[in-house]
Amino acid sequence: MSDVKELIKNKIEATPFSGNGSLQALLKTGLQVLEQEGIPTVKHEEWKYTRIASVLNKNYHYAVEKTGVSKTDVDVVRLPGYESANELVFVNGVYHAELSKILSPKDELDILTLSEAVKTDYKAIVDKHLGHSAQYHKDGINAMNNVLAYEGLFISVKKNKKLSNPVYCYYINDARSAKILSQPRTLIHVGANAEVFFVEEEITLGTDDSFINRIAEIVVEDNAQLHIYKIQNEDSHSNCVKTTHIRQIGVSKVNSVTLTLNGGMIRNNLNFILEAPGCESHMYGLYCVKGETHIDNHTIVDNVQPNSFSNELYKGIIDEKATAVFNGKIFVRQDAQKTNAYQSNKNVLLSNEATVNTKPQLEIFADDVKCSHGCTVGRLDEEALFYLRARGVGEKAAKALLLYAFAGEILDKIELEPIRKYAEEIIAERLDFDL
Amino acid sequence: MLSIKNLQARIEEKEILKGINLDIKPGEVHAIMGPNGSGKSTLASVLAGRSDYEVTGGEVEFNGKDLLELSPEDRSREGLFLAFQYPIEIPGVSTTNFIKTAVNEVRKYKGQDPMDAVEFLKKMKEKMKLVEIDQSLLTRSLNEGFSGGEKKRNEIFQMAMLEPSLAILDETDSGLDIDALRIVAEGVNKLRDGNRSFLVITHYQRLLDYIVPDYVHVLYKGKIVKSGGKELALELEEKGYDFIKEELGESVEA
Repeated sequence: MSDVKELIKNKIEATPFSGNGSLQALLKTGLQVLEQEGIPTVKHEEWKYTRIASVLNKNYHYAVEKTGVSKTDVDVVRLPGYESANELVFVNGVYHAELSKILSPKDELDILTLSEAVKTDYKAIVDKHLGHSAQYHKDGINAMNNVLAYEGLFISVKKNKKLSNPVYCYYINDARSAKILSQPRTLIHVGANAEVFFVEEEITLGTDDSFINRIAEIVVEDNAQLHIYKIQNEDSHSNCVKTTHIRQIGVSKVNSVTLTLNGGMIRNNLNFILEAPGCESHMYGLYCVKGETHIDNHTIVDNVQPNSFSNELYKGIIDEKATAVFNGKIFVRQDAQKTNAYQSNKNVLLSNEATVNTKPQLEIFADDVKCSHGCTVGRLDEEALFYLRARGVGEKAAKALLLYAFAGEILDKIELEPIRKYAEEIIAERLDFDL
Repeated sequence: MLSIKNLQARIEEKEILKGINLDIKPGEVHAIMGPNGSGKSTLASVLAGRSDYEVTGGEVEFNGKDLLELSPEDRSREGLFLAFQYPIEIPGVSTTNFIKTAVNEVRKYKGQDPMDAVEFLKKMKEKMKLVEIDQSLLTRSLNEGFSGGEKKRNEIFQMAMLEPSLAILDETDSGLDIDALRIVAEGVNKLRDGNRSFLVITHYQRLLDYIVPDYVHVLYKGKIVKSGGKELALELEEKGYDFIKEELGESVEA
């Protein structure tokens, strides 16, 4: 751990960053928290099942300036539908404009670094929202990224604009010659009446260890719609903590789908803060893991104002020695009357060595609300399997059919066609299902 | 076609079938009746290959093959069809997709090419008429939210699509009102072609008013204790199962 701290300290010293703005404030408090809290161990309630310290305790390089990533490398990682997508490329945590491709006009999509943004009219937004996720994650992981947030990116989706080009974000770690730690940071502002699709993917090049500690803070204004999809399909030496912190500050609608297929240790923090009355939030997740992949989905829905609706459905298919963690918190504050909040986590274990830890957590301070939660952990339904086999479908095909149907409920939630098709293909392949 | 000799089976430690003998020839319709707990559904399950049951003795020959040696899917591919008493709901799988998979798996087993889309649709339309089932029902998730009648019609529809040589109907009449019963029975009757055989398992005579059997067998305590023609069903309806017990010299109160 001291290695990581040391690394960051050196980095800050090498890039002096002085002043009194919000970025500097974040750096200072980040350093304090990092010092006080350190990297969480399993004694930390929020990190009980995810041994993050053991994964961080490696001789990583924090190398943002020099990268050998070329356009040809980016070609390899592109997702289907990229032809009509804005493509933002981050290498070792830092945005690279020369590798990126922006199709949307500037009056629809504006992209600049956070240090630039604070010198423009965006300053008020940055000051107000950057670092808000720290209120929900008081630990060294979040703090570490805060320290380096000044290298982050500000993305503005302009008000009244419905983007016809989705925004694909590729977070590339170049681990071809060294172990790489990266700390990408984004602040995304979705203006009033705007609509946008984001697709995010992490990629590690090379075979060395990789760790991405990423924070995306997103602000959604009145009457805006945000769709955000994540595809996690990395190698076993790639690890990450991904924090997506969404503040719905106006009456708005957000759809989130997170797909996980492969990786080393993966931790997703997904927070929805519903700060306006009448917000709508949909959170879907599918983890279809095997090998020794560890997938930990921590979600928070914080209902601050009345009349909001949130629906959460996470499904898991866990095979071989893979482990899954699901922790879903729902807060309903005193003022948040007439909240409707639903949560469900369903798991199918395919091997005796597969593990799942699932924990719903509801804290309700209002008295007129509808909340439900439930979780299931089980094997494939033997009755259903027999039914299919009794109609001539072979055992293997019947299993695949049932599992794909189980997964399909989540895949159907992806509204961006090339991405949904791609997701269907990779999940079908994983489950040996003949599409 | 089907020859059952001294079949014995148990679930966990409980003996349920205690020596069943039954011969079914092509084109015949046999009915098995019996009080609750006599082993009717167990017989259907054992023939279809449900793994909860352990066969402890006897033989079953089906179209010249040792049925008990075959996996459930191979039994189906060889031409055996079980219409479930409680058809399973499978969210996310439409009947259309499922039956297409099933039809093509059977074809593959027989060394035939998969059915092309046009041919498949034509066949589906034809069979849908048979059981008065609506297309919209078939595009929905398999049996999910279906009424009792819709589920049973879906079973007969699948039977029609798979064209088995022997169809076992496990209490197909249970949970059906008289209209649904009529539709289902008419569907079955249209599938009687002189070669296809049926084993109709039922508690009540009612179903046999519509699907008229060639033979009726009474199953009691794991054995066939009486066999006869279709008039036996009427006799059972009139006198109840007690008369069987009396014939066997058992106390009716017991």
